[in-house]
Amino acid sequence: MNPRLLPLYATIAIFLVACVICYIQFPYMLSTRVLGNLLTDNAYLGIVAVGMTVVILSGGIDLSVGSVIAFSGVFIAVMLRDTGLPAPVVFVLLLIVTTAFGAAMGGLIHGLAMPPFIVTLAGMFLARGAAYMLTIDSVPIDDPFYEMLRKAYYLMPGKGRLTLIGVVMLLSFAVGMVIAHRTRFGASVYALGGGENTARLMGVQVGRTTVGIYAFSGFMAGLSGIVFSVYTGSGYPLATVGTELTAIAAVVIGGTLLTGGSGFVFGTFIGVMTMGLIQTYIVFDGTLSSWWTKIVIGGLLLLFIVLQKGLLRLTSARFSGGLA
Amino acid sequence: MQTLRRLAPQIVTLLAVCLLVTLFFPGFLDISMSGGRLVGPVIDILKRSAPVALLAIGMTLVIATRGIDLSVGTVIAICGAVAAWAIAGGMGLWAAVALAIGAGLLAGLWNGVLVAVIGIQPIVATLILMTAGRGIAQLITEGRILTFTDPGFAWFGSGTLFGMPVPAVIWIVTGVVMAQLMRRTALGLLVEAIGINRRASALAGVNALVLLIAVYMASGLCAALAGIITAADIRGADANNAGLWLELDAILAVVIGGNSLLGGRFSIAAALLGALIIQTIDTGILLAGFPSEYNLVIKAGLVVIILVLQSPRLATEWYFWRRSVREGPPPATTKEHAR
Repeated sequence: MNPRLLPLYATIAIFLVACVICYIQFPYMLSTRVLGNLLTDNAYLGIVAVGMTVVILSGGIDLSVGSVIAFSGVFIAVMLRDTGLPAPVVFVLLLIVTTAFGAAMGGLIHGLAMPPFIVTLAGMFLARGAAYMLTIDSVPIDDPFYEMLRKAYYLMPGKGRLTLIGVVMLLSFAVGMVIAHRTRFGASVYALGGGENTARLMGVQVGRTTVGIYAFSGFMAGLSGIVFSVYTGSGYPLATVGTELTAIAAVVIGGTLLTGGSGFVFGTFIGVMTMGLIQTYIVFDGTLSSWWTKIVIGGLLLLFIVLQKGLLRLTSARFSGGLA
Repeated sequence: MQTLRRLAPQIVTLLAVCLLVTLFFPGFLDISMSGGRLVGPVIDILKRSAPVALLAIGMTLVIATRGIDLSVGTVIAICGAVAAWAIAGGMGLWAAVALAIGAGLLAGLWNGVLVAVIGIQPIVATLILMTAGRGIAQLITEGRILTFTDPGFAWFGSGTLFGMPVPAVIWIVTGVVMAQLMRRTALGLLVEAIGINRRASALAGVNALVLLIAVYMASGLCAALAGIITAADIRGADANNAGLWLELDAILAVVIGGNSLLGGRFSIAAALLGALIIQTIDTGILLAGFPSEYNLVIKAGLVVIILVLQSPRLATEWYFWRRSVREGPPPATTKEHAR
């Protein structure tokens, strides 16, 4: 068996076990209604986690995404309020802005040879500050187009609502999987994660790929911002503080190595769903406090990291055994 | 002399920022005595920079070992919660302080074991506590904001010692003690050795395992002190907001202090100057009458400028450019003979 697939299998196994535990305690939890809510509530997180997966696969990190989501919401709300532009035009403008923002960060990371951690930290300050400069209030969005987006859903059997934003998340994961596993760009990303020098020797255009990776993450953060503004119906500069860390946690729980070069976009989907399931379980239980979510997620993080560590040791032992 | 040269960029930046603020707010440098304590914007900055400065001390050591400690902001919340819980439970002042410091050391031990013994990347290892820690702090405070009225404990946040605010005294003393401990003994050298090459240092006989754990525990200790100050300042423990995102400010302070994130040589004094620069900018923006919304954007701009100045790639190019200007463009072959 391919040892690289083991973390993914472990992720899926833990998710299934969690589902079974939930089902035994609360049989109603496995309904399409809960499933629909799970997809809707975690839509923005899932979308941004797709971008984060690609960044982490390349061995980088993007701390700016939470701020970019907040900026997107504020940008949309203020543009719709102050200019007469129709919502789709605002969406396109926003996606151009966030993609360019991501590309600029990628350019800095490559051009200055600085760690992504610090560059995207500056990006985090900048995006949050830009959101503050647009407004410091929560701005409601009342646009007929928005009403339509929010009310758009497909009624699944069992009265579960598959909302539009849930579908957008599923599509993002599909697109992310194609990009990461089926394109030249995706192969370059994995190569970069394996090591920059080896990637360069293999003929990967490091600069172009780095810019592309962070531009993709910026685009996904912008898309996530749109989805989040549809979900909340407003723009608020203090929203989604810390989402970048939740996204990173989802990626790690999804079995992707934080050192880069190994992991799957599909794993991140399971990671997001696992975290959503924990939250749903706590809501169903009713007696557990919400802070248990954080502790359980921290515990899961530890479990996965130790598991991966063990697997790495196992595979490297196998390789050295093969050489001897 | 050598120390001065090392600290020169930070001192110049700090003076420049002070000058800039004075231009907008002429009373910036005024210090007066009032009721046995010094008052003035500068003293205020010294007091308010306490949490970030304390975190920066520990963070400098961690970064010098090529690590990073993301959990310090959360450790502040945990230690503040422990202290408030102990005070509210009537355990007395020193028990509360001891328990809070114990909690900080324990958090550091946890991080250190994950990094040094299990061998997890520091950023991931400390991310675990960063995520779970706020939950733990909320577990201690039971989700409420624990308040207390103990005047003895509140002294750590708002009292004065020799006219100086206590938080300022605490971080300055901690900084001096830590810097002396690192430079008067071989400890600092050993920490740098681990950061440059852990395997080589281990082969050279440095006990990297114990030192790494000790460094993370030092970071936990500094975070505990910051947590005590934060809790004492507001006379309560807020598990959700105490120390929120301070780890990022602390890392920023260390980076502004010219310490490389890739480990190796470090300077605690420079990191402390970095913390002062950050706080002067924060306070200065408010004093100068700018809306506080500009704060983050200005900070981001500053970080980018500092990054550009510190960039290893630009530094190399600058070096070659200067050399070519100084020596003119002679053919490369004769240059070797000339030396």
